[in-house]
Amino acid sequence: MNKVVANAEEAIRDMRDNMTIMVGGFGLCGIPENAISAMVKKGVRGLTCISNNAGVDDFGLGLLLQSKQIKKMIASYVGENAEFERQMLSGELEVDLIPQGTLATRCLASGYGMPAIFTAAGVGTEVAIGKEVRNFNGKDYLMEMAFDAEFALVKAWKGDTHGNLIFHETARNFNPLMAMAGKITVAEVEELVPAGELDPNMIHTPGIYVHRIFKGENYEKRIEQRTVRKRS
Amino acid sequence: MALDKNGIAKRIAREVKDGYYVNLGIGIPTLVANYIPQGMNVVLQSENGLLGMGPFPFEGEEDPDLINAGKQTITTVPGSAFFDSAMSFGMIRAGKVDLTILGAMEVSETGDIANWKIPGKMVKGMGGAMDLVAAAKNIIVAMQHVNKAGESKLLPQCSLPLTGIRCVKRIVTELAVVDVLPSGGFKLIERAPGISTQEVINATAGRLIVEGEIPEMVIE
Repeated sequence: MNKVVANAEEAIRDMRDNMTIMVGGFGLCGIPENAISAMVKKGVRGLTCISNNAGVDDFGLGLLLQSKQIKKMIASYVGENAEFERQMLSGELEVDLIPQGTLATRCLASGYGMPAIFTAAGVGTEVAIGKEVRNFNGKDYLMEMAFDAEFALVKAWKGDTHGNLIFHETARNFNPLMAMAGKITVAEVEELVPAGELDPNMIHTPGIYVHRIFKGENYEKRIEQRTVRKRS
Repeated sequence: MALDKNGIAKRIAREVKDGYYVNLGIGIPTLVANYIPQGMNVVLQSENGLLGMGPFPFEGEEDPDLINAGKQTITTVPGSAFFDSAMSFGMIRAGKVDLTILGAMEVSETGDIANWKIPGKMVKGMGGAMDLVAAAKNIIVAMQHVNKAGESKLLPQCSLPLTGIRCVKRIVTELAVVDVLPSGGFKLIERAPGISTQEVINATAGRLIVEGEIPEMVIE
């Protein structure tokens, strides 16, 4: 049951070129910073990445774009990354933009053992092209397939040696969903404790979904839009 | 005089009812939160996984783990809850969110909306917009009546790639409040203060139905 590995390098030791990798986070919030750095260092190429966003030019998945390690990106919103836009418009990068709820639920379906979902999101738009449409109770829905990913890289706040995870605030986002969906799920956590120390009532992701866990280091947790109000 | 962005937001705030769960899009919709009357119980949903979004934090209290869908640092209000992205869109899809307010590039007279892509120019992605417009019971669009080139954004049909079809119920612009009729066609409901009915007609490319005297908006 002990799923602890020493670090990110060990956690992705068997990651290969051309694999499909899920990466948790929303914007730069809750991204697996250590695992992304390890991928850059390892130099795996031709990757298909499934992630809500594509980082910014010099952080998050933007680092893997800079080093041209990503062949295809599946995301819902990529507006924060100029290098992404450049690679997409030049045709270097293949891009599949899909609705955010569809992205989340295709992860969920994978972790729940369901081959597909039906959603009204995208009906009548270019997202619907080539997809099966089914009518339920007078309303049209698109059939969207569960994701199939070799690795899921997620970031949690706390975790234990059995792989049980607890997320923090809005850094939860896609992380528990992708954790359920990876053939190999790697969780990096800010605090790693022995099994038994976390309250079982508080677990967001049961350890059965997590294959490898390690304590991450040097979290930058960069803020994209620092918005504040004045003290009156 | 045509309304400014805050004026549009103020008018939309009057559509918010006590007890509502509301999702606010990026841009003018975000400003609506500033004009919800004190004492009204409204819970703001942020689709990255929060019910109970509060104002921006005080300087020095920013929390990188606590952001809204626009990636801005925010706070929570008492009684808030965090959840994952699937549950977030689950509650949207299941119609639990009472009101969705979002921006648009174009709206058609049948209620189609385009707001995510300008082919060859802007490709940022739809984010959660397609999920929201496909599910919300009540969608209000906040936008300018005409674009920077002076062309109407209220059209017989959208020219840009669609975000959703037959979904917009009401549009609030700097010139007017316009409803989309279930049978098709825009219906003029209110004029901005000092704006004539003719000015609204001139700025609307789609079929605009004008019946009787059109009242001026009440703002504040």
